Amino acid sequence: MSCLEEKFDQLRSVYPAEMNSSLVLPLLHLMLKEKGHLTESDAVFIAQYLDVPPMQVKEALTWYTMLYRQPVGKHVIKICRNIGCSLMGAERLIEYLERKLGIKEGETTADGRFTLLAVECLASCGTAPAMQIDDTYHEQLNESKIDQILKELS
Amino acid sequence: MTETRVFFNFDVTADSHTLAAYRQRGGYQALEKVLKGMQPIDVENEVKASGLRGRGGAGFPTGMKWSFVNKQSPVIYLCCNADEGEPGTFKDRWIFENTSHQLIEGMIIASYALKVRHSFIYIRGEFDLPYRRLMEALKEAKEAGLVGEKILGTEFSCDIIVHQGGGAYVCGEESSLLTSIEGFKGYPKNKPPFPAVKGLYQKPTVINNVETLATIPWILANGGATYAAIGTEKCSGTKLFGVSGHVNRPGLFEKPMGYSYKKLIYEDCGGILGGKELKAVIPGGSSTPVLLPSEIETLTMDAEAVQAAGSMLGSGGVIVIAEGTCMVRLLQVLSRFYAHESCGQCTPCREGSAWMNDIITRISRGKGVKGDLERLECITKGIMGNTVCALGDAASMPVNGFLKKFRHEFEYFIEHGRSMYDGRLEI
Repeated sequence: MSCLEEKFDQLRSVYPAEMNSSLVLPLLHLMLKEKGHLTESDAVFIAQYLDVPPMQVKEALTWYTMLYRQPVGKHVIKICRNIGCSLMGAERLIEYLERKLGIKEGETTADGRFTLLAVECLASCGTAPAMQIDDTYHEQLNESKIDQILKELS
Repeated sequence: MTETRVFFNFDVTADSHTLAAYRQRGGYQALEKVLKGMQPIDVENEVKASGLRGRGGAGFPTGMKWSFVNKQSPVIYLCCNADEGEPGTFKDRWIFENTSHQLIEGMIIASYALKVRHSFIYIRGEFDLPYRRLMEALKEAKEAGLVGEKILGTEFSCDIIVHQGGGAYVCGEESSLLTSIEGFKGYPKNKPPFPAVKGLYQKPTVINNVETLATIPWILANGGATYAAIGTEKCSGTKLFGVSGHVNRPGLFEKPMGYSYKKLIYEDCGGILGGKELKAVIPGGSSTPVLLPSEIETLTMDAEAVQAAGSMLGSGGVIVIAEGTCMVRLLQVLSRFYAHESCGQCTPCREGSAWMNDIITRISRGKGVKGDLERLECITKGIMGNTVCALGDAASMPVNGFLKKFRHEFEYFIEHGRSMYDGRLEI
């Protein structure tokens, strides 16, 4: 994990020294990027690095929804199910994605390519319906646009 | 007066977010003016004179918030709340994507007024392009001597630290946001003490919304009185309003406070989808009580007017709902959201939001039973005012609003086991 610790040190230099504890969430994010999902031992590793109570990091890990604790697919599709998108057809598109991928919301395809998550507001209400695949936002969606977007993913 | 624009004063192009483009439209001149010719207290007074009120939803006067901080404290923090997550709201994202420098300039000016050495931007974790644009802008600003040590060659130094959230709606609540920056799960804290007295790491802290801080450069460039002349007497300036839902042209609009909701919906947004009738408007983000067409007929977009109509101006997220929409299923979308986002700290909100969601979901599946509506109202009474933060109230207000205005639809659903409107949300 020495390479990881180098990246940790880099991030640490951004925060004032007295704010050591603030690094919990940034380090969890960083580790998630490296590993895809996080386990309790990752939380302990961060706690030891920062010299904060392991429970603090474990609590953070289990509380923030962006921190995956189960393996996810190569691509994570987060489709908004909140009010703005619902009014513009989100339910229909979630069903469409479930049929297309052959999985239910919250599941990962058998080949490990896609995880489908229905999420709350992505702040795309003016360009609804919207989804986020990995980091990228896709907006003003319809079925054919979804087909096109998924086709272009490796 | 309607022509003044604090945000929509340039064309969005491929490079309008860069430092060069921002400078071309007058960017960082206010900072220069402030750092080289004004005392911190002058800046605060100018903001007070502007009448600027917080743009995150609560509408607290910004200058007054700043004045609560004891400037003699050895350490003071400024946190920009960029955890934009109130359903219906998508304005801060636009600021990051198109004019991050405007926020940075506003933060440095505010930091100077508040004597802040380290300031923070808490940006929601999902934001990707907004985050990248912000980081690019910060890099440019640092290289140009606009952020960091000895800004513009003066004795004033200030760093901006960007902190990414973890996907929690409650972290947009200011004390929760601070807990989150401190490295914990984002439980809100009891007030008092208010953050201005004991905030981040127990130090005096000011928390302002993105739009609020990004308005500061304009106020310092043009004067507080000029800003105060825009809008209404008690609600000055312009505001970003995001319109979503069943309109022909949804999107983000900058309007002077006091603009007409009807004009916004029917002129700026081209009216209701498919020429349908308007059924309801949620005027300021999903937590604000729903209004009927008759209630928005002459309603103006300023805090006092919307409050008098029984709702709130909130974050400026206007959600438009057309005739034919099933309000029972729509409320279920909201109750599911609040139950999901309740942080778990206070029993009334943790249990209550889940109970409300269970009951509303049951009704929306045709399994509602007699007494469910009274039960819902009883639960909202148990939640409101009995929780550490406002999320409990935010979860309850839509329930009360929907039951008050559309009770017959809920009664119909319970009695017949089906929606009055085919259960449609999409028109």
